[in-house]
Amino acid sequence: MITLKINGKEHEVDVDPTMPLLWVIRDIIGYTGTKFGCGKGLCGACMVLMDGNAVNSCQMPVSAMEGKEIITIEGKTENLQALQKSWAEFNVPQCGFCQSGQLITATSMLNNNPNPSEAEINGNMSRNICRCGTYTRIKGAIKHCVEQKNKS
Amino acid sequence: MEQIKNISRRGFLKGIGLASGGLILASTVYSFTSFDSEEEISSEFNPNLFVQLNADGTLILVASRSEMGQGVRTSLTSVIADEMEADWDKVMVKQATGDSKYGNQNTDGSKSVRLLFQKMRQMGATVKTVLITAAAKSWSVPAAECKAENHFIIHTSGKKIGFGDLVDLAKDLEVPEKVALKSPKDFKYIGKTLPSIDVVNLSNGSAVFGLDKRIPDMKYAAIKHCPVAHGTVKSFDKAAALKIQGVIEVVEVPKINKAFGPLGGIAVIATNTWAAFKGRDALAVEWENGTNASYNSENYMETITANVHKPGHVEKSVGSVDDAFSSANKSIEATYQLPHLAHAPMEVPNAVVSVSGDTCEVWAPVQSPQAARREVANFLNTDQSNVTINVTFLGGGFGRKAKPDFVVEATAISKAIGGPVQVVWSREDDIQHSYYHTVSAQYMKGALDSNGNVSGWLHRFAFPTIGSTFKAGSNLPQAWEARSAKDVPYDIPNMQIETGKADAHVRIGWLRSVINIPHGFAINVFADELAHEAGKDPLDFRLDLIGKDRLQETKDAYKYDTAKLKHVLKTAAKNAGYGKPLPEGHEIGLAVHYSFYSHIAAAVEVSVKDGQLKVHRVHMVVNCGTAINKDTIKAQMEGSVIFGMSLAFYGKITAKDGVIEQSNFHNYQMLRIKDAPEIHVEIVESNDKPTGVGEPGVPVIAPAIVNAIFKVTGKRYRSLPLSDHGLV
Ligand code: FES
Ligand code: FES
Repeated sequence: MITLKINGKEHEVDVDPTMPLLWVIRDIIGYTGTKFGCGKGLCGACMVLMDGNAVNSCQMPVSAMEGKEIITIEGKTENLQALQKSWAEFNVPQCGFCQSGQLITATSMLNNNPNPSEAEINGNMSRNICRCGTYTRIKGAIKHCVEQKNKS
Repeated sequence: MEQIKNISRRGFLKGIGLASGGLILASTVYSFTSFDSEEEISSEFNPNLFVQLNADGTLILVASRSEMGQGVRTSLTSVIADEMEADWDKVMVKQATGDSKYGNQNTDGSKSVRLLFQKMRQMGATVKTVLITAAAKSWSVPAAECKAENHFIIHTSGKKIGFGDLVDLAKDLEVPEKVALKSPKDFKYIGKTLPSIDVVNLSNGSAVFGLDKRIPDMKYAAIKHCPVAHGTVKSFDKAAALKIQGVIEVVEVPKINKAFGPLGGIAVIATNTWAAFKGRDALAVEWENGTNASYNSENYMETITANVHKPGHVEKSVGSVDDAFSSANKSIEATYQLPHLAHAPMEVPNAVVSVSGDTCEVWAPVQSPQAARREVANFLNTDQSNVTINVTFLGGGFGRKAKPDFVVEATAISKAIGGPVQVVWSREDDIQHSYYHTVSAQYMKGALDSNGNVSGWLHRFAFPTIGSTFKAGSNLPQAWEARSAKDVPYDIPNMQIETGKADAHVRIGWLRSVINIPHGFAINVFADELAHEAGKDPLDFRLDLIGKDRLQETKDAYKYDTAKLKHVLKTAAKNAGYGKPLPEGHEIGLAVHYSFYSHIAAAVEVSVKDGQLKVHRVHMVVNCGTAINKDTIKAQMEGSVIFGMSLAFYGKITAKDGVIEQSNFHNYQMLRIKDAPEIHVEIVESNDKPTGVGEPGVPVIAPAIVNAIFKVTGKRYRSLPLSDHGLV
């Protein structure tokens, strides 16, 4: 039995300890907002927050997740919610499939760096692929979110 | 004008006894006569299936086309809401199942809005008229004294009643024969900017994509396909797979030799996706690779290149190119080579299917739900009425999900195991077993007269045709695959278009903007080469090449309009500051292309420093007729720039001994945010009929980049991707 803390709730799961967190979240626990895009740590669709930092959940064996605070796109944190608001204002998503991962990466970035530069945004957000090409809006929405936060 | 023929009217609206007390306008049966040769029109089409007004005022509008990021659930329904004078905040969108009663639902070819705009307007206007009649009756006033506004019917005296309160009264009213449509100047949503109706759900993880569908007792399946296209299973050993924790069973998926038939293979069924993937990796399968095992893309490129370096099948001939070349002041030739591409939508192919007895329910991200329904019914040898296709959100499609082979796979597995299953392709499956964008060789020869004008144009191309997927052995382009080269509206007295032979060794399919990618590339780059050879500015030269204002004669209902073509090109150049001083080492490349009936130009500003290409800015100008949702159009242009850059920078699928060499995003790369340019989009104001938006922005990107690189470095790159040339 492995105990996971996801979005503030504890879940006990009885699975192969090498199973990546991604599949435990999606298929065992049933939160489907975290996406599968490549399974190889290349696309960022599967990003979750682990103790506030974005990690590719397809690369994290579930056994290593005990005692960690996991937040998925279904979770609520101040930065995530602020970004979601900004995402809506910029009408960022096209198909939307990559956006959970994009939002989690952006949240992680703001958790660590409340005022990212253009280069820092590029660096951090290049962990994620958007095949629909929403990059300009993602950038715009992040900058807007930072501005709003700095205002308040 | 699109023609609507009313063949069967029962003449009145029938309220259907809904629990909610709602009014479904469902009794008017229209049949559309074919107005578009490329479109198969179903005989049954019930437009008012699209509108359900509830007593509480909520308005449920049905989206018949699949949502894959192009915003169709918002654009189509906003048209109904606009004509109805509905309050957008009261609108809910319901996704149609795959059913011919909704008319054609194939969400490809950039045609949803183009084909449905008028129909959606009529639907909205019809409902509005009925509601006005209902209100007028209840007040005993002439209908002419009433109008609809923001979900209310208002009488000249000032009294008003909400749409929802009219449901009961409207139920028994006659459907008007003819309804007046709004004047475009009164549009409230059309031509404006509406955020996607799904923006919140798409940002919080709650939107259900195919991959997210869960039903009770559902198992997960992964399939091992033959590494070579159309190979078959010789034998397999499932022992190791069955030892994996979570694996339940292993079954063979039949190969069906049809365009959308499964490739065949061995499926591992498990309690979770991970176990299914692991089990699949543990399978030992011996394959009969078949004839495509000889497919080597390098040799193949040589073969098709040789085929365009000799006379081909003449598709079009105007004047005499031979005369033009023999009397030319100067002739130049160029050969362009573009590789296969895979769609790689962010969401891999997948489907949930539950077969039980004669009936079957499907939840899947499909662009063509009716094709899925037909294929599933055929497979189960049952009537289509026994098959329900629920269309989920699509995590991207780009043409891949118009081919429902993966749905048939899930059907076969569900039937075999006697319960519901979700088939999940891995990214490797997706990249290695796609319906690939064609690989192409194009030879061009141009003659310049003593004034530097183009007097001859020969364009010869060879690429495996999409037709080969439908009819094995087809090895010449279909008529529509030659059109984007044939119809080029250049004012050249001698033109010849020829095609060469090309056999297919993988499944060939349509990918966002299809054949316009290679044609748009060759035509735009060659025009630039000619300009250089003539010693003229590429913009002026191109405007001259397009020539005087005219409608180019084509077989289509819509025509190339050379005035529009020149206008988008000039505007893109102007917006980009073409001809003005640029930062040191920067240059602007241009391209213009007409596809999906839209006229689009790109002006791309690049620099090349230390051999590394950087795309700084892209200015797109699009004339797509009436703009339905400006923000969606803008988003589609932004997406097209990135899609076009991905293929220009990295897009290349190759085969060795029939096996695709790329497998995931490390060797089939996508553009990332750090390389994304600034993108500016101008939408030309127009009241013309709406034309395509989702695809036509793609073909101009790669040639504009290549043309810009030439200006910076003097090097002409005639093959893609640019990563092959060490530029990225
Ligand atoms: S699915 Fe984990 S990085 Fe792509
Ligand atoms: S919105 Fe479709 S992949 Fe990013």
